[in-house]
Amino acid sequence: MNNVFVYCEITEEGHVAEVSLELLSKGRKLANELGIKLEAVSIGDDLSHVPEEVFPYGVDVVHLADDKRLFPFTTLPHASIITKLFEQEKPEVALFGATSIGRDLAPRVASALRCGLTADCTSLEIGDHTEAKAGKTYKNLLYQIRPAFGGNIIATIINPDTRPQMATVREGVMKKEVAENAKQGIVQMIPVEEFVKPEDFVVEIIERHIEAQKINIKGAQIVVAGGYGVGSKENFNLLYDLAEVLGGQVGASRAAVDAGYVDHARQIGQTGVTVRPKLYIACGISGAVQHRAGMDQASMIISINTDPAAPINAIADYYINGTVADVVPRMIKYYKQNSK
Amino acid sequence: MSFRIIVLAKQVPDTRNVGKDAMKADGTVNRAALPAIFNPEDLNALEMALKVKDSIPGAEILIVSMGPGRAAEIIRESMYRGADGGVLVSDRKFAGSDTLATSYTLSLAVKKLAPYHLLIAGRQAIDGDTAQVGPQTAEKLEIPQITYAEDVVAVDSSSITIKRRLERGIEVVKSPYPCAVTVHGSAAPCRPRNAKLVMKFKHARTLSELQEETKDYTEMRADRPYLNILEWSVDDIQADVEKLGLSGSPTKVKKIDNVVLQAKESRQFSSDEKDIDQLMKELIASHIVG
Ligand SMILES: Cc1cc2nc3c(=O)[nH]c(=O)nc-3n(C[C@H](O)[C@H](O)[C@H](O)COP(=O)(O)OP(=O)(O)OC[C@H]3O[C@@H](n4cnc5c(N)ncnc54)[C@H](O)[C@@H]3O)c2cc1C
Ligand SMILES: Nc1ncnc2c1ncn2[C@@H]1O[C@H](COP(=O)(O)O)[C@@H](O)[C@H]1O
Repeated sequence: MNNVFVYCEITEEGHVAEVSLELLSKGRKLANELGIKLEAVSIGDDLSHVPEEVFPYGVDVVHLADDKRLFPFTTLPHASIITKLFEQEKPEVALFGATSIGRDLAPRVASALRCGLTADCTSLEIGDHTEAKAGKTYKNLLYQIRPAFGGNIIATIINPDTRPQMATVREGVMKKEVAENAKQGIVQMIPVEEFVKPEDFVVEIIERHIEAQKINIKGAQIVVAGGYGVGSKENFNLLYDLAEVLGGQVGASRAAVDAGYVDHARQIGQTGVTVRPKLYIACGISGAVQHRAGMDQASMIISINTDPAAPINAIADYYINGTVADVVPRMIKYYKQNSK
Repeated sequence: MSFRIIVLAKQVPDTRNVGKDAMKADGTVNRAALPAIFNPEDLNALEMALKVKDSIPGAEILIVSMGPGRAAEIIRESMYRGADGGVLVSDRKFAGSDTLATSYTLSLAVKKLAPYHLLIAGRQAIDGDTAQVGPQTAEKLEIPQITYAEDVVAVDSSSITIKRRLERGIEVVKSPYPCAVTVHGSAAPCRPRNAKLVMKFKHARTLSELQEETKDYTEMRADRPYLNILEWSVDDIQADVEKLGLSGSPTKVKKIDNVVLQAKESRQFSSDEKDIDQLMKELIASHIVG
């Protein structure tokens, strides 16, 4: 078949995850470029609504493994199903969300299929490759582009000889876009009993507490982000106030999250979410590469920092030399007095 | 059969401390300036193993590390904290291994140490951040995996119950043995070195390290076999060379770009009220805010 496959993760609320829809959007473009089809696969319990959720993204075929033992996610049955399906369908490209589920499942599958897998890609492109030594040229490979070495280098990874070319991508990295002239695709039911073994169910889930995703900083047009330099949980309230008057969301660096100033869901960067707001206000953030990876595509950046040499200032459009506690209240005050 | 726990631990360059002096003038990383450290989440993995050992009488912990000769430091460091021994899997032929080739190699070393109950790895190594080697090694060994472990809720001679830390919550799962566990950085930090263990193991060496010693420790080591850190080559684990190193790695690095700070023309303001007012005025005028 040699098509593009996207593993469509099912959320706690029973829907196809955002990241999967983003990957379908990217997958559609890759499939168009390669002149092949886009196929989705979902594994879970009661998936009857999945086709209508994925078809707008240009899915040609959706494979469903529907069985009450398949939700919540456990590794072995999902890995058995994907591995068998891929052995049958021989995808050219296979994409997974770089989520708790995707990063658990994809390596297991890649190992079973002995194919390459690149984690946490920030960009996927199609291109050629010439093996200088053998003088061999490969056409239309998937360039899997990702930061490596703690974010200090950007590597382009390829899998010349093995298929599928597998990659995981974090939520928020690809843009979610419904496809033009999307049609009703084909639904294929996977015969679950033939795809799983009884031993696949040895790991037992005893207890789960999973929260619905409440905060959505990804889509925000304005992000007020705080770092370790904010200094305390209390000081973060200033950032919530500024975000509220400007109509934005509060984000954070990992150091601020680690210090317990703010919730992990707000972390921006390589191991957090990627944002592309029109305005990014970095308060007490030094601007480590891992942080910049998640925000350097903001249209405008303001840095508030006591250190004129902080790396963030170099990518900022405006640098304010001062403390968060001094500057932020002044911004709020002026805005309240002068905006309509 | 005693209760055997195998911990996978890797020596990595300290990519987190790419401070100002570790950056070259052209804005790229000076790798030589980065110290080699114990991969942080592997220390969490070691602690989890030690916790299990504490509750199961007679349990033993063996470290498996694949890397160059100096990675024996990782094994010694683990022994100072309570591990019983380890194996350094080291061979030129491993060079260039991606996660698939690495997990193939590690799985052979682990098989050679079978029977074992638990295989514990860190979630990910900071030099690559792939989080793939744990699950892939588990797959090669055909054992179940529990990823992102944060704590051991219960453990006995027939099963382990683990609390997992997920993006949006927690999950408690139970698995029979053998099983693989990958440990999240939010798990308990590793206990410090124990002075008595440091005394006991400070002369622990691999064969290659011994050859570089000036003093002759042959006699002492004959008395104390625990001072021998095993060192295995490709032949020792009977690996298929086609599956190792570059030839066994389906992923190839096509290109590396260094991250270079792109300096923008940035405008500076002070924190004075009139400066802030000026800035806000411009933002409102240009419809950036408002
Ligand atoms: C594999 C890996 C992944 C990572 N992923 C991420 C990620 O996704 N996101 C992320 O953010 N980080 C990530 N990091 C961590 C990253 O390397 C940095 O450690 C982190 O971003 C630093 O956060 P910070 O800028 O808030 O803290 P610091 O570096 O401590 O900077 C604090 C800043 O605040 C300034 N300051 C101090 N006091 C004040 C004040 N009163 N007013 C104003 N300014 C003040 C200081 O001058 C300084 O510039 C990752 C690291 C690794 C190794
Ligand atoms: N060369 C190695 N030697 C021993 N353990 C390793 C090695 N590479 C990876 N690991 C283990 O696998 C985990 C995940 O690594 P990675 O997939 O590289 O992020 C690490 O935390 C280690 O426990």
